[in-house]
Order: sequence, then C-alpha cells, then structure tokens
Amino acid sequence: MPSSSSPTGSLLRSSSWEITRRVIGALLIRELLTRYGRNNIGFLWLFVEPAAFILIVTVVWTKIRGVHLTDIPIVAFALTGYSSLLLWRNAVSRCIGAVKSNASLLFHRQVTILDIFAARILLEITSITAVLMMLTIALWALDLMVLPEDVLQVIGGWALLAWFAAALGMTVGGLAEKADVVARFWPPLSYILMAVSGVAFTVNALPPAAQEVILWVPMINAVEYLREGWFGSVMQAHYDIGYLATVNVVLSMIGFSLVRQIGTGNATGEE
Amino acid sequence: MIRLINVSKDYPTKAGPRRVLNNINLTIQPGEKVGILGQNGAGKSTLIRLISGAEPPTVGRIERNMSVSWPLAFSGGFQGSLTGADNVRFICRIYGVDFEPRFEFVKDFSELGVYINEPVANYSSGMKARLAFAISMTIDFDCYLIDEVLAVGDARFRERCKIELFEKRASKSKLIVSHSHRYLKGTCDRFLLFRNGHIEEHDDFEEVYFQYKALLGEAFETKEQMAAEMR
Repeated sequence: MPSSSSPTGSLLRSSSWEITRRVIGALLIRELLTRYGRNNIGFLWLFVEPAAFILIVTVVWTKIRGVHLTDIPIVAFALTGYSSLLLWRNAVSRCIGAVKSNASLLFHRQVTILDIFAARILLEITSITAVLMMLTIALWALDLMVLPEDVLQVIGGWALLAWFAAALGMTVGGLAEKADVVARFWPPLSYILMAVSGVAFTVNALPPAAQEVILWVPMINAVEYLREGWFGSVMQAHYDIGYLATVNVVLSMIGFSLVRQIGTGNATGEE
Repeated sequence: MIRLINVSKDYPTKAGPRRVLNNINLTIQPGEKVGILGQNGAGKSTLIRLISGAEPPTVGRIERNMSVSWPLAFSGGFQGSLTGADNVRFICRIYGVDFEPRFEFVKDFSELGVYINEPVANYSSGMKARLAFAISMTIDFDCYLIDEVLAVGDARFRERCKIELFEKRASKSKLIVSHSHRYLKGTCDRFLLFRNGHIEEHDDFEEVYFQYKALLGEAFETKEQMAAEMR
C-alpha cells in the first residue's frame, strides 16, 4: 500500500512546466508502446520504417538517374528530399485523429490536447532526424554521400522545416478535429504538396517564371536552404527565409488557437 | 472545498445545444461523502466530469482547493491497447509518483494475475473495474469521484472497495454515482437527486431513494414497503 503522505502533494507543488514535461514524456512512451508494441524489434520500427522508405526511394531514383537535373549526387539528393518530405507529411498525418485515439486520457486533468499533439509531433521529428543522421553517416561511410558543407545552415534549414511541420500538424490536426472532411482531403492534398515541395527537383532547374511561383510553397524554401548548406558549391539555391519564417509564425498561431478551441473540452483554466 | 457557482453545461446535438445541467450551485466540504442519484442521461456523469476538470462548464465557475481524482468510470482514463501494467505506469508518470510500490498494490488488489500484462481491451468489465479502482487508489487525493464503477464485480470486490474507500480513506471526500442502495445507504452524508437538469439536496437516504424510485417509475407505495424490499 502506498504511503499517503506526498503523492498528490508533489502533483500540486509541481510547476505547470514540470507537469507538462512529465505528461509529454509519459505520452511519448505510451505512443511508442501502442504503435509498435513489445514484439520483435519493437520501437526500433520507429527508425527502420522511415529508413526503409528513404532507402527504397533512393535506390529507385538511382536506377532512373537524370531526373533531378542538378550536379548533386543522386543519393544525397534523394536522402535530403525524402527526409524533408517525411518530416512534414508524417507530422501532419500523426496529428490527424490524435485526439480521438487519446480521448480517454483527457480524463486526467493535467493531460491537455496540446500535450497529445506535442508528443506525436516530437516523436516524428525525433525519429526522422535520427534516421537522416544515421543514414547520412552510413552512406558516407560507404562513400555514397558527402557530409554537409555548412552544418549550421543544414541544422537551421532542418529546424525551420521541423517548425513548419509542427505548426502544420497542429493546424491540420485541429481542423480535422472540427471537421472530418479535412482528414479525408489531407491525403490527396499532401500528394499535390509533395509534388511541388522540391523533393524531386531543385528550383534552379525550373524556368524563371515557374521559380517565382514555386517559392510560394513554404517547404520548398526550407529544402532549398538545407540543400544549399549541404551541397552549396554544386547548386544554385533559391529561397526566401523571411517568407518561410513568417508562414511558420502565422501557422503556429493558427495551430495553437485551433488546439485551444478544441481543447475547451479539456481546459483547466476555470480555477 | 469544491464550489460550483452557477454552473451550466450544454452539449451540441444536431437539434442545437442541449442543456444537461442547469444553473447548479453546490459546495463539497472536505471529508463529505455525497451520493448521486438520477435517471440515465440526467447529467450525473457530466457533473462528475465537470468537478474533475476533465471538461469545463459552459457557464459558471468551479473552484477547487483540494486535490480531486479523475472520474473513476468504466470508460476513460485508460488506453485499451496498453496492458494493465502499462496503464499503471502511465498514471504514475503523469502524477509523478513511484511505480513499484503502487504496482504491487494494484496487482494485489485487482487480482488480475497474468492478465495484468495483457491489453486492457481484452479485459472483462469486471476486470476493468477492478483495475480502474485499484489504480485510482494508488494516488492520494483529497476527493475521489466514483462513477458507477462499483456496480460491477462480485460481492467480494464491492466489499473490498468499501474497505478501501470508507475505512482506509474515511477522512477523504467522495462523490459516488450509483443506482445501488447497497452502496449509498449508510455511507453517504448527503444525497443529490437529479431531476430535469436541476439538483435536489437530501440528507435522508430513505427519502431520496423513495423519490428516486418514483422518478424511475418504480415507485413504492410506502417507505416501509421500500425498506422491506431493500432487505
């Protein structure tokens, strides 16, 4: 029998940040267990799944080389492009339906909808970042990949893209919670976005008129910036980081307010 | 103390918002045991969820200056795809308490045996109730909210719940939703009877149960007849 001296005392004394940290940590572990279970390689699937995806695409592209119209080595091009795609696409698809599958946990006052989204987004960002790093090192060791020329710029571009992914995840996830139809439209929409997000081409390979238009797609700015940091000497990058940052800020505000709105079913603010 | 001040709660339906609770004022003192009766859909569970903070009121305000448990009900608070043990771990993590001693207690009290390592989705309702009850007893609250969970399970389980709640935690506040007179009689100081979105306060069990039965359309002719029936 547990002693009755401290338990909730510690809950009440904790700062709200401490509670949030604890809840997100618990949700992360819960998410890993429900998604991958304890069978065979368990949570390693978290890394194996995107790694396999990226590797298959890389192999396919290598076989039909020439499509990307740049001097960037094809393996490196495919790896940067596909990991960028997975980052925002998975973050969004994991946020859709996140509330429903965790609804029973909202019985606990300290678990908020924001925590649920945050845990899922963090898990996606962490796993895909880890996969990108591991594959880069592995492919570099096999002489199939160069290391980034400017590590800081790569980190910056990746961070901007991760921020975009998180904001888009909360926005689309929040909208999907309000209207089911959003969840149905996301898969086709994500295909269109995939086609224009710079996964499979560089902006420089497009005619100038098209370059102007394509840079309105937020993620392509991050992909170009990241690739410039990685292969700066062999490519001419086009991007507008100010535009991307603005989109990120606006999208974050929309995302947070949507999450807050659906979160009124779970607010703690009435005390 | 917990205070509900002019609290109303609406739920959206296709026919527009439906008011489930209407202008409720209620105070629960430390150590008070409150029994809650009403028809299905009268708003009992809604009241419990509002008090727990799992949902906010549409109108009005709720003040809590004691720690309040999550609503101890059949659904909610659990993840069906996780095992019983994982659910205990999750609760311990979010409440920031040690797992090991609590897990021992849960294993012992729930009597789930090997099922503690099976997904909760595979449990019978009695097993779920035992787990839910055991987990909620591992966290020390000033006030426990119990929504019907006691109704399932056999007499032995109910007896052990009674010991945990009313003997070991005699000084704690409790709000108990139940259809069963076996639970409410002799254990609660006050009773709330739900009628058309309003709450009637009663101090006498015989009186409130008599009216509750009438509300259900199962009225007894006299209280003597009811008392005889209850034995």
